Amino acid sequence: MNSIEIRNLTKVYRTFTLDNVNLTLPKGYIMGFIGENGAGKTTTIKTMLNIVQKESGQVKIFNQDIDKAEIEVKSKIGYVSGNMFYPKKSLKEITKYFKRFYNEWDEDLYQSYLNRFKLDSNKRIDELSKGMQLKYLITLALSHHAELLVLDEPTSGLDPVARDNLLELFQTIIEHEETTIFFSTHITSDLEKCADYITFIKEGKIIESCSKDDLLDAYRFVSGSDKDLEQMKDRLISYKNHAFGFNGLIRTEDVKKTDLAKIGQPTLDDIMIFYSSHKGVML
Amino acid sequence: MKHIVVRNTSQTPIYQQIYDQLASQIMNGDLKSDQLLPSIRTAAKELRVSIITIKKTWELLENQGLIYTIQGKGSYIKRHTQIDLDDKKIELVKDVFLEAISSVKSYNLSKEKLMEIISVVYDEVN
Repeated sequence: MNSIEIRNLTKVYRTFTLDNVNLTLPKGYIMGFIGENGAGKTTTIKTMLNIVQKESGQVKIFNQDIDKAEIEVKSKIGYVSGNMFYPKKSLKEITKYFKRFYNEWDEDLYQSYLNRFKLDSNKRIDELSKGMQLKYLITLALSHHAELLVLDEPTSGLDPVARDNLLELFQTIIEHEETTIFFSTHITSDLEKCADYITFIKEGKIIESCSKDDLLDAYRFVSGSDKDLEQMKDRLISYKNHAFGFNGLIRTEDVKKTDLAKIGQPTLDDIMIFYSSHKGVML
Repeated sequence: MKHIVVRNTSQTPIYQQIYDQLASQIMNGDLKSDQLLPSIRTAAKELRVSIITIKKTWELLENQGLIYTIQGKGSYIKRHTQIDLDDKKIELVKDVFLEAISSVKSYNLSKEKLMEIISVVYDEVN
């Protein structure tokens, strides 16, 4: 079963268009959603969840059209945006209001997560570190038995240790297959560790959406001398010249046996960076 | 399962790194016949790699006849005779050299020179 199935999702703003987004995420996996700032990550998430209205397209969550069963579908989603609401309220108060919306609220489970994450429900939101705030939001989501967690940039603003903890928590959450996680980030090293699938968006268009291994296999990082560059220039996605030669990105299928440049495995960062630069005009 | 090290910075794909280490542990008898491997999701969590990566590793181990899977229960180390293991070891070592030697060939070294280097390196690594 697929937890998320998006078909031709389009949203038009005056200065930005989310253009025919398609993606599929099977149940029980983690998908990382990457792209530069302003590429359309948050717009995609908000449009997908009907927080802003879409122009056209279809969104299915757990095989149900979100437009036809919005309340039912949303009760199974835990959405964590970057913003914390009600910073002056205590966790206790927020939880009291929050749980009313969910029939599936599980008080025992909620208490066990509070203990596990060492969250003091008497504390106010603004007394918690960013990492603890996130754990609280994830606790809320898990306590109403959300089967799909959608997180918008959860790792930004976290130190490396807190980020690592969070990613480990993600993997613990999906260990038993009931939960699916979709999260956006621009810190690609987060994904090298735990993501099963990656969707890469650029200027409102999806460039790639596939398993992480397939994505990394589909590209090659090349480096070599200026002479090597001449031989393969028109096949590169983009390249950068430097004092000793060049670095570039190429699709694996475009590599020729006769290429002399050094061919290696790219990182997700390499793929993002070389896609964002225009051919040969790097400064 | 014994110690397994995954390097995100290595040129070798992660599934291959894990496969190589597990395969050698099976060959060396560190992992015993019929021993249960952790579930794919648990292994992914423990090694901090994606589930799909572990799936690929387990598939490869199964294709190479090193493990077997019982639906709904898990994957186990296959029973091996010593001769089987020796054959597999040779195959594995061949694979390692195949890659190395094809890249060495581009330096136009003679076979004799290469053997000499191998012998020196072999003695250096104890």
